[in-house]
Amino acid sequence: MSAESLTTQNQESPISVQNLTKRFGTFTAVDDVSFSVPAGEVFGWLGPNGAGKTTTIRMLLGLIKPTSGHAFVSGFNSATQTKSVHAQVGYMSQQFTLYNDLTATQNIRFYGGVHGLSSDELRQRVSEIIQMAGLEGRENTLTGSLSGGWKQRLALGCAIVHHPKVVFLDEPTAGVDPISRRQFWELIYQMAKEGVTVLVTTHYMDEAELCQRVGFISAGRLVALDSVSQLKRTQMRGQVLEINVSDPEKAVRILKAAQQNHQVPLDEVALYGAQIHAVVLGDQEYKNAIQQILVEGNIQVNSIAWIAPTLEDVFISSVKAPVEMN
Amino acid sequence: MNQFAISATNLVKEFKANKSVVTAVNGLSLQVAPGETYGLIGPDGAGKTTTMRVTLGLLSRTSGESSVLGFDSMNDMYEIRKRVGYIAQQFSLPPTLTVMENMLFFAGIHSVSSEQQKKRIPELLEFAGLSDFTGRLAGKLSGGMKKKLALACSLIHEPQVVMLDEPTLGVDPVSRREFWNLLGNLRAEKGLTIFVCTPYMDEAERCTRVGLIYDGKLIVDDSPANIKRLIPGHLLEFTPSDFDAARKLCTALEGVLEVQTYGEKLHVFVDDVATRKTQIEAALTSRGITQDRLREIEVRMEEAFITLIRQHQESVELKGALPQKSEILGDVR
Repeated sequence: MSAESLTTQNQESPISVQNLTKRFGTFTAVDDVSFSVPAGEVFGWLGPNGAGKTTTIRMLLGLIKPTSGHAFVSGFNSATQTKSVHAQVGYMSQQFTLYNDLTATQNIRFYGGVHGLSSDELRQRVSEIIQMAGLEGRENTLTGSLSGGWKQRLALGCAIVHHPKVVFLDEPTAGVDPISRRQFWELIYQMAKEGVTVLVTTHYMDEAELCQRVGFISAGRLVALDSVSQLKRTQMRGQVLEINVSDPEKAVRILKAAQQNHQVPLDEVALYGAQIHAVVLGDQEYKNAIQQILVEGNIQVNSIAWIAPTLEDVFISSVKAPVEMN
Repeated sequence: MNQFAISATNLVKEFKANKSVVTAVNGLSLQVAPGETYGLIGPDGAGKTTTMRVTLGLLSRTSGESSVLGFDSMNDMYEIRKRVGYIAQQFSLPPTLTVMENMLFFAGIHSVSSEQQKKRIPELLEFAGLSDFTGRLAGKLSGGMKKKLALACSLIHEPQVVMLDEPTLGVDPVSRREFWNLLGNLRAEKGLTIFVCTPYMDEAERCTRVGLIYDGKLIVDDSPANIKRLIPGHLLEFTPSDFDAARKLCTALEGVLEVQTYGEKLHVFVDDVATRKTQIEAALTSRGITQDRLREIEVRMEEAFITLIRQHQESVELKGALPQKSEILGDVR
């Protein structure tokens, strides 16, 4: 599925990017990136700070022009048909850009007005969005006094007041608690079921696991693009070993020394609460070698086992040394 | 004096705003032993930052007791300051000073002798991976590097305890991992006590002990492994073809303890995997709902957190008291 979606650069897709490049002076922010997102997909666009995530989104929104290559939204060229693109897209950033001194309803009406909705449409959308965001009974509450989860859902409602077909969410859940985040993701999938295409960026990999497909961008280049489960199979350099020992602090010191002496090929050794996670480059057989090193250091090993990598493990591995695509 | 690095007993902090009183910390008790990495986790507005500030003596407490390294937060705050490194949530390093000048500035504030400075500063810059950036202005550092510089500055006076208020907010995964690895090194090599507030559950897994704060009270206080064991039953995950129908159906099935949503997937807590898995499959099929990859998965801190908060809310509702912050949670079902 992934290979096909990579090669089928269909500009009629809701989101399509073809050899997209953006240079600022001598700095290449986005470097020959191509991907497309089919209708109704929830697509995660992930990368470290400064990797080119936001620059890509800004080119898709037509806010800046590409140096070369193309960005299309619903078949419209973002650089030349910006107005048509704007009619198709909703955008929500982590700042939420709501007016705190307006009520929830007033905020929705304001954004509806900006998008040129008629008063009938406005009336209908206000009640739909209030219901969607679970804001019944709080329609006339000042937005400034709503808690984070409510504000976040209201901001999403305002971003989609004009029924966009494509929605861009740029770190929409920063600083929101887990329960509200789950509710927010329910809304995202509700939209996707109705055919809306969603591109979302986040720094939280547990959240990225909720996307149907994710793309990793690093230093301007697309380094991986696939479903989460597939990325875990293909993109991880090395394997993760979870170790439970009598004295984890001492055990970490011993393993770091072993790493520096190249006794075992360890990519990373770190404390995880009472446990140790070690990323081992190489064979399963190193498990015994590692256990041996710990035992020789008078460490009691209670358990040592390979565990499935998290998406964060995979992400860090891909960004550090990308596995070549194709 | 007590043997704890950080201790709070029935701690209460009220803020008076106009004529109303907001109770930010409401009878909170916790003890952190030396060398622990303690994570205080909870939703926005649960009282994490207030607890940290009261404990440090930056805010006065309304009642109860709190101390750091045996020093009372209100009476001995200068003793605490000598021994504790602190990174506030919205910290700012002077942006027009270089990395080195920042280090010297903080060394000066903490009256670190010049011999000590000569020894400590290169060590800390090396530790934080900033040795090659000593001449760079703090304002020109990346987000992750700023956090690392803040950590290095907070360690200049060789504190025994560091208190970090959401230190990785807005930081990308690579820098976040590096930051936590630095904290792990401090624990492994120096035996430092680390107290950290965070809303992120994957960070809670990196602590030796976690306190879950809600409405100004601790509702759980244990190791991550034990907290996950508190959650009854086993967790099944699957992607249904009809989300709403599958959710309603599963909630009503026998042996189902709780249903949580997870993006397009459902998380169903059941009493027994073998019997309930078959039962759920059959029930879905009979309603014409197909499903993908129904399987047992491990409970993470995030699922545990959601279950524990719900249980807490339900017990509060049973007692007839209105949950103060129920609006934060809404109807999760």
